[in-house]
Order: sequence, then C-alpha cells, then structure tokens
Amino acid sequence: MFKFPELILSAALLAVSYGALAEPLANVGRAATPAELAAWEIDVRPDFKGLPVGSGSVLRGQQIWDKTCATCHGSFGESNRVFSPLVGGTTAADIKTGHVAALISNSQPGRTTLMTVATVSTMWDYIHRAMPWTAPKSLSVDDVYAVTAYILSLGEIVPDNFVLSNKNIADVQKRMPNRNGMTFGAGLWNVNGHADTHNVACMSHCQADVKITSSYPDSALGMAGDLSAQNRPFGEVRGWNTKTETGGNSSAGGATPDQIAAATIDPGLGLVNKYGCAACHGVENKIVGPGFKQVAEKYKGNTGAEALLVAKVKTGGSGTWGSIPMPPQSQVSDADVKTIVDWVLKSAN
Amino acid sequence: MTNKSELFGRILKAPENFVDPELCAVITASGLNEERRGFLRKTFLAASAAVATSSAFSQTPRSGVGAGDPNILNPSIAATTLGKPVASNPYGQPSKYETNLLRRQLPGLTQVPQASVAFAPLQGLFGIITPSGLHFERHHQGWYDIDPATHRFMIDGMVKTPKVFTMDDLMRMPSVSRMHFIECGANTAMEWGNVAVPTVQYSHGMMSCCEFTGVPLSLLLDNCGFDRKNGKYILAEGGDGSAMTRTIAMDRALDDVIIAYGMNGEMLRPENGYPLRLVVPGVQGVSWVKWLRRIKVGDQPWATKDEAIHYVDLMPDGQHRQYTSIQECKSVITSPSGGQRILDKGFNNVTGLAWSGRGKIKRVDVSIDGGRNWRTARLEAPIQSKCLTRFNIDWNWDGKAAILQSRAIDETGYVQPKIGQLRAVRGTKSIYHNNAIQSWSILESGEVSNVQVS
Repeated sequence: MFKFPELILSAALLAVSYGALAEPLANVGRAATPAELAAWEIDVRPDFKGLPVGSGSVLRGQQIWDKTCATCHGSFGESNRVFSPLVGGTTAADIKTGHVAALISNSQPGRTTLMTVATVSTMWDYIHRAMPWTAPKSLSVDDVYAVTAYILSLGEIVPDNFVLSNKNIADVQKRMPNRNGMTFGAGLWNVNGHADTHNVACMSHCQADVKITSSYPDSALGMAGDLSAQNRPFGEVRGWNTKTETGGNSSAGGATPDQIAAATIDPGLGLVNKYGCAACHGVENKIVGPGFKQVAEKYKGNTGAEALLVAKVKTGGSGTWGSIPMPPQSQVSDADVKTIVDWVLKSAN
Repeated sequence: MTNKSELFGRILKAPENFVDPELCAVITASGLNEERRGFLRKTFLAASAAVATSSAFSQTPRSGVGAGDPNILNPSIAATTLGKPVASNPYGQPSKYETNLLRRQLPGLTQVPQASVAFAPLQGLFGIITPSGLHFERHHQGWYDIDPATHRFMIDGMVKTPKVFTMDDLMRMPSVSRMHFIECGANTAMEWGNVAVPTVQYSHGMMSCCEFTGVPLSLLLDNCGFDRKNGKYILAEGGDGSAMTRTIAMDRALDDVIIAYGMNGEMLRPENGYPLRLVVPGVQGVSWVKWLRRIKVGDQPWATKDEAIHYVDLMPDGQHRQYTSIQECKSVITSPSGGQRILDKGFNNVTGLAWSGRGKIKRVDVSIDGGRNWRTARLEAPIQSKCLTRFNIDWNWDGKAAILQSRAIDETGYVQPKIGQLRAVRGTKSIYHNNAIQSWSILESGEVSNVQVS
C-alpha cells in the first residue's frame, strides 16, 4: 500500500474556522450505550481493525452465491449485465508481484474488482454493509467470510478448499493481485496540494491551428432523447429537435424515461422501478430473468397465474426461464407484489 | 434540423388541415356529440402545442408587423380576468410551462435506477443556486425518505465520549449557512477518451450549488472530546442500504465541514439526504454522505469500496491514485451549449459557471476561436470560496462558425487545463476528476455541438 502523509493539526485551526463559543454546549446529545456502538460499528479497516471473529469456506460461499449473488453478478462473478464484473483479468504472476499487469497492457476490456482492489478488507467490509443488493446487511458474519472466500477463489487467490477466517485473512492480503497498485492521492487529497497540470493564461495568438479532434456523432443524436424538449421553448436559444424513430430514451436495462413518466399513471410500473425489478427484467426483453411481456405471454389465459406468480416473487423461483434463480423478494409487501403481478399479466394485452 | 423561419424569429402559420377530413365529414353529416367534441378538443390542443413550440414563442419580427403584435393589440386573459387565490399551491410549484428542464438520466449509462445518476439541467439555470428540485441525484442503493423523529447521529471512535444526537439536539446547536458547490468526482467522466455526450446537462450536470445550513462538524467533534493528537481521519457513514462510507482528512473536518439539515432555506430534499447530510466543501460529492448516521474518528484511512475500487484514478503506468478528493478549478459555458441552437445573429449573452475546490474564482476568460485568443469575462457577485461563480460575456455573433471555450483561474493561480494537458499526465483510461476546458462548436446554422480540440 502506501505511507500516509502526516497532517499538521492544532487548536489554532479550530479557532480560525468557527471561533470560540460564547457558551459551552451543555446538555446536547448523550453518551452512546455499548449495545448501540456494537450495532453500528461495522467498519473494517485495511489493518483489519473492526473485523469480527468468524470463518467461512469457499464451498459455503458458492452455495450462498448461487442463491443470492449470481442473479446480478453471474455464476462466476464475471457478469457485466447489472454491475461491473468482479472477477477476471488477474494472473498468478500478478499475485506474486502485487501489480495487475493488465492495467498497463490494456489486454482487458474493462477493470474488474479484483484487478483494482488492493485491500481484501474493502471486500469484506462492503459485502457485510451493503450486500445483497435488495437486502443489505442480511448476511451473517460467517456468510460474509464465505462469500469473500468464494470471490477470492474465482480469482485463484485462494484454493477451492480454502476456509477464510479472521486468523488467516492477513495472509490472504499478501496475495491480493493489485496490493501494490495504489499511490496516495497526489495533490488532490490536501486542499493545499499541488496540481499536476500547468496551463498558462495566454490571451492572444496562443496557438496557430485549432483542430477538432473529436465531435459528437450525428448517429448518436437521439441517444439522450429529444433535445428540443430539454430546453425552454423561448429565450436566447432552442434545443435541437433530435426526435428519431429509433434513437432516444431506450436503455438496455430498465424502463425508459417515458415509461417511468407513465408510472405516475400506472402504479404497477412505478413499483417495478421502486423495487429495482428492472435490474433483471426488461419490459420486452430478457436481461437476467425474462421480460415482463414474455412472462405475460406464457401465462396468458391461465387463471391461476396471479397466485402462482405472487408466490414466486415472494419466495423465489428457478428453472422456468433458465438456471439462474430469482431470489425471494420478501421485502416487498403482499399488496405491492399483487399490484406488480397484475401489471405484468396485463402487459400481455 | 434547422428551421430557418424560427431561426430568424418569424411567426409561422398554424398548420392547416389539422382537423381530420373524415371527422369533418362526420360532424357535417351528424353534428357534434360529446365524443366528437372530445376529438376536436384534442386536435385543437395538439395543433396549438405544435404552434407553441414553433412560433407562438418566437420573437416579434423586426419588420412587417402590420398593425402590430396581436399579443399587444388583443387583451390577454391574464389582464382581463380574475386570477387564482393565495395558497392554491401551499408548497409552490414551477410554472406549468417549465416542463423541459428536468433532472434526467442518460439512457444506457447504468442498468439499475437505484445505482444511477440524474443530471441537473445546467443549460437553462440562472445565477449560482440550483433549485432544490433540480439538484442532481446520485444514489448507490436507492433513496429513502427517513422520518426525522427516528433519525440518530452518532460520533464514535477515538473520542472521550461516544455520543448520540437526535435532530432535536442538532437543530438547537449553533448553526452556519454557507453556499457551496457539490460536484461528483465522475462529472465529465464520459469525456476522458473522446466526446461522448451531447449536452452540458450530461457533460457537467453532476454538479449543483446550494446554501446549506447546519452545525460545524468541529463543534460536534469537540463536544465528544476527539483525540487531537492521533485522530487524523474521520469516517462518515450513511443510513441507506449501501451505508455509504468515506474517509475525510481531519484538517478538512475541522475546517469547513458542516453536518447539514437545511438546503436553500428549507429542509434537505429526501433525494439529497433528508434529514441529515455531510457537506464537505471543495471535495467530491461522494464524500458528502447522505442520510448521515455516524462519524468515526480514527488514525488510518478506511479504504472503503468507494475509495479502493471506485473513485480511484487509473494512471498510464497502471497505478491508481487513491484518495483523490479535491475538485480542482473548472468552468463551463452553459448557454449557448451543446444541443442548443442560437436563434439569430447579433447580440447574444454568453454565460457559464466557474468553481474551484481550493477557494475562490479569480478570473474567467472566454475564447470564441477555439483558444487562439481570449477575452476576460464579467464575474457576477457574490464570489465565494468553494462555490459556483456565474460569469457573463457580451458577444455579437457574426453568423460565422465559432468554437466557444471558457477557462477559469482560481485564487491559488491555478489555470484550468486543456483536455490534452490532462491526458498528457493522466492518460485516457481515467474516469474521475476531468476538469478540462470545454469546447462548444457553433455552425453557421446556429447549431451548437460538443467537440474537443487540440
């Protein structure tokens, strides 16, 4: 990693900023209880301060992964359909050097988490505090060890039979592929830091030629929708009319802006966006799970469809549309599930 | 794309034959019933909308007005009838005509709307304050409208007494109100390699500026007896699903950081962290933790996900710069800007915004020839530290092609760089902290588009 620059602190700094109070801050706030501190002190540092005692195997991690994580991240952490890929682009040589060579060679199309992250604590901390996506903080401490171990095994940082624990995580840190890949903030950490570019404020005849090196392609004009509708219809300027048949307002994944606007009329679509269903289901097309219209087609005329789909949303399902399971959406109220299912079924018409 | 008539401000005739001939025949034969009235109403509305966008708002022609402008000659409804009562909208709304300038997502940029961004419509905003409802949005795991009665704020770590504060506690403490810009570290990120987005909303709209009200963090840290010797960093943590966490240097925390509940005179909007957020002037937006629930004092940085995997700058040598936080001096012309069309030759006000995470803006220069020659713009008061500064410059457009640029200089003397200068140091694979000079090409048609120049 790196050495942190020393900071100069003084009481004078405080005085400069806000001055002394005329009266002390009496009877404001109260002491936190040990139970409150235990509930909220979840942060884990690179030196593993804050890391709770526990352990989890790669095998256990894989079981949790297939059930809970693969939906978004792919079976091997390789998927870029919802989020950036987690795994890929690291080699046995990187594990030796602590520098990911692909970051220089450009041999990878993008950066994966394992190519970037220098500190294994970061993975543990984040999975613990924010995953899984729709039910953050629901994994047990041992489950977090297990899932972390599984991701590390996919990057061949630990073997398939590994059990990650608070006792051996420091040894795993020594094998992180990009552990030597960070430098400290350059001039952009300190407000008085030094900039790395040095333009000068020339005023006239600054350069002989001006060459346009890149311009916005005409073919992409509809990409951001109709620009005439994104500027006032009065005033100094107008927006370009870029309304096109094919372009504009179509996104690969979730609902389009027009559809989102329509959600004020249709509560079902509003809930689909609210609960993030569109992450995995397109309206028309399959993403991870089937498109809503595909579902509606399949169950057209089936009188038991509503009850069946309500149950599938609540408790999860698998096998109907492919091998990746849909995790249970227990956080969605019964009433909302029913509204969503009715909207999905209606969309066949 | 260019409508010549509109370009020169001439009123267009209403579209003819806007009532469907078949409907005409039916009405002639059978008269009007309620359904047909409905059709007619809709047809008229559609036709008048078409007229509104093309000509009703056009400027009065400079010649050939005949007896005069009907908007002057004919009495208006507003001037001749009774208006609406007070408090018709108890929490006011914009005019019904203001439907175009909205926060917008960029289609295809993200796959899930809970981990996404909605950009502020800088192309049509005035002055330096972003209306609360148009402040850009960036969430990592969705937003919540949290009940202030249940919200708690904790300070722990290297302090004598870890403490819990309610909103009642915080709102009776000494408060300050400060105007500051907030810019996402990834603002203008799409433009590192080449031009990628059409308008200033998408190139620079992950930026807003508001007046924030709250308690100086230094008072709260003092109140808990923080470790002055060894407490060199703080960790800020959010109460949302992602429990967003960022490390901030103690010298920043003690300088001008605010635990804020107010924004533009009202409480924070839920999308901006209601009821409590961190305000870290000059530092990238991700550190302004929303739904703030905890500050921890420590002696080492935390290397959280958004400072170890994201918000790190990949350099050409394959190393990442970690903990790059300050938003360096930057400016952009907001009008005329990409995707817009100048209506006419002659006088046009060129206006834009400048800001620096290191202090006040000292000067802004504007070029109309792609950077060959520059003129100094007028800075509008107030000019405040780590706050947007509005600039204007007078321009009589001769109708010829031009390339507009603005170049800001802050009080440290730092001059906003050209994109080539940034790439020379940081390469093209970087994502964050692109503060390059923006170029807008203007064609003879008046069309403005996003370009990069060397």
